[in-house]
Amino acid sequence: MDKITIEGTSKTPTIVFDSDAGLLELKGRSIPENSIEFYKPVVESLDKYSHEPKEKTSVNIQLEYFNTSSSKCILDLFKKLETIHKTGKDVVINWFYEEDDEDMLEAGEDYQAIIKVPFKMIEVGS
Amino acid sequence: MKFDIYSFYKKMEHNDIMLSFKGDITSELLSSMLQIMETKLENLDEQPKVRKKVYNVLVECLQNLYHHRDEIRIATGNDENKKQAIFMISKNAVEYNIMTGNFVKSEKVAGLKARIDKINGMDKDELKQHYQDVLSLEGFSEKGGGGLGFIDIARKSGQKLNYEFLQIDEEFSFFSLYIKISQ
Repeated sequence: MDKITIEGTSKTPTIVFDSDAGLLELKGRSIPENSIEFYKPVVESLDKYSHEPKEKTSVNIQLEYFNTSSSKCILDLFKKLETIHKTGKDVVINWFYEEDDEDMLEAGEDYQAIIKVPFKMIEVGS
Repeated sequence: MKFDIYSFYKKMEHNDIMLSFKGDITSELLSSMLQIMETKLENLDEQPKVRKKVYNVLVECLQNLYHHRDEIRIATGNDENKKQAIFMISKNAVEYNIMTGNFVKSEKVAGLKARIDKINGMDKDELKQHYQDVLSLEGFSEKGGGGLGFIDIARKSGQKLNYEFLQIDEEFSFFSLYIKISQ
């Protein structure tokens, strides 16, 4: 099965995707100039996974910053999760935001309004 | 005539310029400027909330200039002058000001104006809705941002986007953008 680990940089997030565990994690910052290229392997693996998903898929998004170019790529990932959720499997997106970071909370709410998957907004101490 | 560096210095000092750049905004340069600004914002001991807003808006502004460069390069056949841009950030007691300037094809001015005016006419909730609408539109622009940049800047800054277009020659205009972020 698929396992992707991408180490984070000052412009790109740490990404862990483990299809056996049904786990996807994005952590750090996502501000690359070319997001499509950066996210391509993850979008592809998640697409593959969506044809044979686990009973439960957990997603942890803990971003400090992300640019608008990444926002469409993140939406692409979420759309794959929506497909999985539609087949009756359990999917949850945990959206972490730092205390006082209203912009990041709002960003999570934007996705929540578009994507029909249960979201959990989790505040963390800064 | 000799270039008067001192008066230039005074002007920057008087306007509380923290960082300015004029030239070709490459990917390396963009990264360096973001790094410098991140350090500066940390050293200023700015509230995390404001620091994040400023940094976010900076990323969008600089990447706008960066992506725009390719467009101009194609339109001008790699005209070194028209490819250049200017960027400045200043801080006074109440707010941060981010200013950018770049060349655009004059034929694009009307469309840009309409887009910014539309954003400026919206309140907080309308901006949120507009952002979600544009985000969920199918397809990607070649730049990757899909036209979300200005909306995001308006939302994060919480202020109207001030702009100006100056006709340079029959083909090009100079686009100046002024963004305020309150502390």
